Order: sequence, then structure tokens, then C-alpha cells
Amino acid sequence: MIDVPTLAAFRFGYGLPHPKTALTPATMLAGLIGQDVMAQRHPTLGFNAALPLTARAIETRKMARSNPIDNSAAKAALRDVTFANEAEIRAQFARALDATDGFRERLTAFWADHFTTKARSRVEALLPGTLITDAIRPHLTGRFEDMLIAATLHPAMLAYLDQSASTGPMSPIGKRRNRGLNENLARELMELHSLGVGAGYAQADVRQMAMLLTGLSTTPRGVFVFDPDRAEPGAEVILGKAYGGKGLAPIKAALTDLARRPETAAHIARKLAVHFVSDQPNPDLIAKMTAAYLKNDGALLAVYEAMLNHPAAWVPRQMKARQPAEYVLAALRALGISGKGLRHMARGPFTRLILRPMGVMGQSWQQPIGPDGWAESAEAWITPQGLGARITWAMDVPGRLVTPLPDPVAFARRALGPAADERLLWAVARAESKREGLGLVLASPAFNRR
Amino acid sequence: MDRRHFLRAMTVAGCSAAAHPFLTSVTLAQGPDLGENRLIVVILRGAMDGLDVVQPVGDPDFALLRPNLPISTLMLNGPFALHPALAGLQGLWRAGQLGFVHATSTPYRDKRSHFDGQSLLEAGTGMDVPIGSQRDGWLNRMLQSLPGLSAETAYAVGREALPLLEGKGPSRSWTPEINLMLSAQSRSLLDHIYHNDTLFREAGTEAMELSSELSGREARKPTAPPPDRPFAQGENRPWPDIDSLVDFAAGRLTNATRIAAFSLAGWDTHRGQAGAIARPLSRLQRIILRMQAQLGPQIWGRTTLIAMTEFGRTARQNGTNGTDHGTGGVMVLAGGALRGGAVLGPWPGLSETALYDRRDLMPTSDVRAWAAWSMRGLFGLDRSVLESSVFPGLDMGNDPKLIL
Repeated sequence: MIDVPTLAAFRFGYGLPHPKTALTPATMLAGLIGQDVMAQRHPTLGFNAALPLTARAIETRKMARSNPIDNSAAKAALRDVTFANEAEIRAQFARALDATDGFRERLTAFWADHFTTKARSRVEALLPGTLITDAIRPHLTGRFEDMLIAATLHPAMLAYLDQSASTGPMSPIGKRRNRGLNENLARELMELHSLGVGAGYAQADVRQMAMLLTGLSTTPRGVFVFDPDRAEPGAEVILGKAYGGKGLAPIKAALTDLARRPETAAHIARKLAVHFVSDQPNPDLIAKMTAAYLKNDGALLAVYEAMLNHPAAWVPRQMKARQPAEYVLAALRALGISGKGLRHMARGPFTRLILRPMGVMGQSWQQPIGPDGWAESAEAWITPQGLGARITWAMDVPGRLVTPLPDPVAFARRALGPAADERLLWAVARAESKREGLGLVLASPAFNRR
Repeated sequence: MDRRHFLRAMTVAGCSAAAHPFLTSVTLAQGPDLGENRLIVVILRGAMDGLDVVQPVGDPDFALLRPNLPISTLMLNGPFALHPALAGLQGLWRAGQLGFVHATSTPYRDKRSHFDGQSLLEAGTGMDVPIGSQRDGWLNRMLQSLPGLSAETAYAVGREALPLLEGKGPSRSWTPEINLMLSAQSRSLLDHIYHNDTLFREAGTEAMELSSELSGREARKPTAPPPDRPFAQGENRPWPDIDSLVDFAAGRLTNATRIAAFSLAGWDTHRGQAGAIARPLSRLQRIILRMQAQLGPQIWGRTTLIAMTEFGRTARQNGTNGTDHGTGGVMVLAGGALRGGAVLGPWPGLSETALYDRRDLMPTSDVRAWAAWSMRGLFGLDRSVLESSVFPGLDMGNDPKLIL
């Protein structure tokens, strides 16, 4: 039987080894309220900090286009962005390796996925990470509406879902330059970020939302601005309510209303339960989380608390499959690789042994297919090719990262605790080499599930 | 007993860690099969803009709806012209090996969500079944309707899971990037570890079997283009990710495999469509031409490729020289077994009143019917099976005689 501290580490964190004090719902919630130690130890760039690098890449690219003979400045600027982004990815990964209980890191990954963005070109590679720094991390335990507003107005989102180009057809710029609407962000905002696709909104609401969002834009360097010359004049009616007035206020009001709707509460509650607990979550778990959301005006800490205090969250059966990035990070953690160690790894091995294998397992980091982010169901990941890639990694990579390799049975106990079943321990003891014994542990259902 | 069931039975029976002598090189006689024809299904994720791919340039409303999108001069038949990024397919068109269905769609309407749209497209159901509740894909249900097929019959190719081919029917799923080499001992120990977990047991057994079967195979070399035409634009430059998928699929299809499926993303052209759509179109063209080259004339002559998307895009360009989510779209057909050279499907026109919801191309056919007729033509499946179990509730309508 898997005990609560082990379940906590697997289901809500990046796995074992255990921290010094046993994990309970109370310690996990206290950890969330306390200082963000990992953000201090492994800082990441926000949009403003990344701006000099990004802006230089944008500007030199422009210069190279008008003067194709000398593109060395553009190449250098692009290389700087690429290197900086790799350092950002390492810092994010390092937090997962060093965190005491990992819940804050898993929540960050969850919300980063909820508000998926992707760089449209290599020049913008830093943007998705800066959205996490600016809009996700600071609002992790706050009210959902604040996170929704911060993510929706973030330059990374405005660029990825084309809002920065959308223009009110009757706005001054719309009329003068014959520009108009782009529905992309408005639709995903309602479908993915707030209400959920099952909610009772119509195409007309999407259209009105797109009208309302006009004015949200970015400068040529990518900095957020509200451009009144792009904003559609007049009030918009969304889900029966009119939003009028100038500037950001009506947009923020509409986002706040979206965040407080019961459909949004149910959508967020369900999504959290599916991500953390089960692909088929207990209906009462969702109901309790939804109720906590609504009672506390979308205060996310209360929603997490409702989840952690529900018995369905502690069913001692590992129902979910770790996603590839989570899987690789949990393995590195179990192998004793520290955040510092990961950050100092040379570029070649980092790409070859960490990033590229995640892609073959089905999760190319920062490259989800669409704005709906990564799949949740175990069946989506544990396919012949997905599992084949995990087995390959498990058998091959640990020996290249750790010398000497630990004893496989001891490693099984360290990595799995009471989740190491008899069948697995029996097999691990019979492996022909340490390398293969470790590979069996990391390829096992017990390690791949949570 | 087919190979996959045999293997499953072996892993269930082989509870001990003893190595299974049959697991490494089993060759069983083929059971019932699908005959010699081949079907390739490509799922185009992100909503391909059919009005840009097959442009109704002869329709007087078209240019008015899209003043800032380039108009093609590569005429097909009727009012239609081919997007220039598919210019390399003109030879296939002239040979009758390329066709399109215009103004077609799944039964999905109104919400215009990519993800629900793709779920419905791959499930092959109507709007009477809640989206996401269908546990298997229509291509898998086609396999289920022919008991005793070997798992080798159908392959999903690529890194991502493909719901289209998921389900109880025997099929395989693999990406050629994996090179899993295990000792006999490790393999038998893994069988032991996976024994009690159905998901891991089935995926693991297949992964281990496939990698030992595929190891040591020679990579297929790119073949020269057919002597009667020069290289199409971009045809001879390497495009490693899709080339390796196509080569793998072609290698399987020249052996016992009869069905291959994969997906191609990148069609969500909300902004700057003129540039944005050229890339996925070039990749689609590459897939078709390389598949033709890799299969060789004889097998290509028995092959039909169908490419379908979750929905089309708005008839009007939007305010950012792109298009937003719409309804009716285009299905692409190619292959030597195809009776091509035509743009099929009733053309609804583009006047304001002819549009769906005054914004999208009006669908005039169900994309599932064309897929069903392809399967009927290629594999001789009963119409009643196609209309009841493969695509429940579908009315296939009249035979368009798609297959030679």
C-alpha cells in the first residue's frame, strides 16, 4: 500500500526522494504560502528583463532583411536568444530537481500549460518563458481572475494568438488602413482559458469578445500597449452583458466576469483534478473544488486545499501517467542530479540526453501542437512509440549522467519507496547489469505512473 | 490466431520471467487480409483553408471576399485553381492521380473548436454522440469489422498518439526515430514487470517486438523522380522529419501493411496566410510525391491517400490577412488507384446567402461519405457495415466511383 507522503511526492510533485519532513496536505499548502525559495535560487527572466535580447534579435533581423549581405549581427543576436532560452529551460527544470515537495513547480507547469503559448519564430523564443515568470508564478495561489488578466494581456499571448494584429474595423486604424478582426485569442480565451467548450456561449459571443479585445497590442519591439486607435468604438455584449467605456477597464471587467462564472469554476476544477488525480476524476472531488472556487471568488489556494483535503485525491492507486518532461525530471531527481548540476551540464549532453529524448517521447519542450497544450490521458503517452522511447532512455541515459551507478535494488527503494512492488524488485535483482537494473526501475509502471 | 493476439496471449501466459522463445522471431501465416490495395490517411490538424488550397477563382464572389490573398492561375477544372505551393502535384492531376472534394465537412457545427472538431473527425461519429465519448477511431472500427486481420495491416506513424486508429481492432503505432535495443534478459524482465498493467503490457510488448523486427532494416534510399518529369520545387531538398515518416510508412506498405495513417499540423492560418499556408502545403506536397517515389509505380498504382481536416475557414479574409475558424473545407485525394483529375462535391457558391452562418463555406457533403466510398472501393467493405459500425448513422449517398 502506498502511503500518503509517497503519493504526495508522486501525484503532486516530481517524485522521491522524500524531503526531511513527511509530506501532508498541510505541509504542501504551507509550502505554497511560504517564500518562493526556488524562484530565488533559480531565477528566470520576465518580459522586461528579456526585452534587450529579444528586441536586438528583432531589430537585427529587420536590418538583415534590408541588407542581406551582412547578417552577422542578426545571427549573433539570435544565438544570444537561443542560449538565453536554453538557460531559462534549465532554470525551470532545476526548480523541479531541487524543490522540497515540488507542488509549486507542478502547479506552475499546469498553469503554463493552461495558458499555452509558443514562439512564432526563434527570435521570440524567450516569450513563452516570460509569461510563466510574469503571469503564472506570481498568481499561483491568488485569484484566478488576476492570472487570467495577466496571461491575456501578456505580450507572449498577444503574439501567439494573433491579438496584437487584430483591429476594430470601425476604429481609426481599421478604417484608415482597412484592417479588421482576428478571432483567435477571443475564441481560445472562452474555450480553453475560462468557460470551457461545453459552456453555453455562441459564435456571436466570440465575435463580440474579439471586438472588445481590440486595442490590446504590442509595439514593434513586442512591448504591451493599449492602442486606442485600434479599439472598436462602442460597447460589446458578451453573454448578455454590455461592456462599454474606454481603455483597458472594460476588457478587465469582462475577463473578471468570465473568471467568476460557474462554468469557469467547473472547468478549472475539473482540469486540475484531471491533471493531478485521475483521467476520470471523482465527481464529488470536482464538486467540492468548484464550490471552493465559487465561495472564494476564484482564490486558487482554496481550490488546491479542497483538492488536497478530499479523500479521492489520495486513492492509493497510481492512475495517471507522468508526462515525458515530468518523467525525465523525476528520473533525474531520483538519480540525485541537482539543479546546479543540470544548469552546468554542457550544451551537447543537455540537448542529446534531456531535451531531444523528451521530444521522441512525444513532448517537444515549448513546442505543443496547439493552444490546448499537452494531452492528459495515460493512453496518449503510453503508446508503443512513447513507451519505447522511455525504455530506450531508461536503459541508456542514467549511465551517462551518473558514475558509478547505484545498486539497482537500492535505487528502486529510493525512487519508489513503498510503490516498489514485489514483481519489480524481483525482476530488478535479476538484471544482468546495474545499467539494465536501473533501466528496469525507470521503465516500470510504478515509476511512470502517479 | 493473428500475430498481435498471439503475442498478447503469450505475455499473459508467460507470467514467469522465463524468456519467451517465440517472441523474437515469430512468423505466422497471414490470416484474412485486405487484398492488395493501400489506403493512407493524413489528418490535417489546425483547420486547412480549403478555399485557398482549391481556389474558386471563377466564382465572382471569391476575389471580393479575399482582396489581400494571392489568387492562383494554376487552373484545375471548372472555376477552380490550385494553390501554387502545390504546383508540384500538377503532373499527378494530369495523370488523374490527384483529386479534391470541395465544400465538405464533418457533421461538426458552430462551436468551431479545433480540438472538438478533430475529436469528431477521428471518431467518425455524428453530433448525436457526445464529443470525446467515443473510445475508438473510425479507421480502427473498419479493421474491427474484418475479424482476423493481422496487426501489421495498419500503422499509425509518428510520435503522437493517433485517435483515428485507436481501438480494439489490431493495428500498430510507431515512430522510426526509436532504436530500442534490449538484451533477451532485459526484455523478458520487462515482460514480467509489465504483466499486471494492461496499458504498459500492450504498449511494451509492441514496442519490443517492433524494434527487434525493424532493427537492421535498411533505410530506404530516396528514389529518383519518375523519368517523365523533373523535380518539383523543393522536392529534392531534405525534409528529415516528414521524410523519415514517409519512408517508414512506405517501407511497411510495400510489405504486409495496407493502411497507414499520420497527421500533419500547422494549418491554423489566422494571420498572414499567404506566407503561413505555404509551409504546410509544401509539406503535404512532399508527403504525396515522396510516397509516390518510395512506393514505386506498381504499389502506388494500388494506393489512395486521403487528407482531411477538422473544418474549413471563413470565406472572408479576416482583419489580419488571414482567416478564422469556419465550416466547409477541402479533402485532398491522391494515388494511382484514384479516379482523379476532378474537383468533386456540389459547389454551393460564395454569395452572402449561400454561406453557412453568413461567414463560412456551406458544406454540401459529409467528409465521412468520401472516406467510406474510398474504403468500399479499395477493400470491398459492405455499405451496411460502413454506414452502421464504421461511421454510425452515415448516409453514403450515391457512389462517386472514386477508386479505379
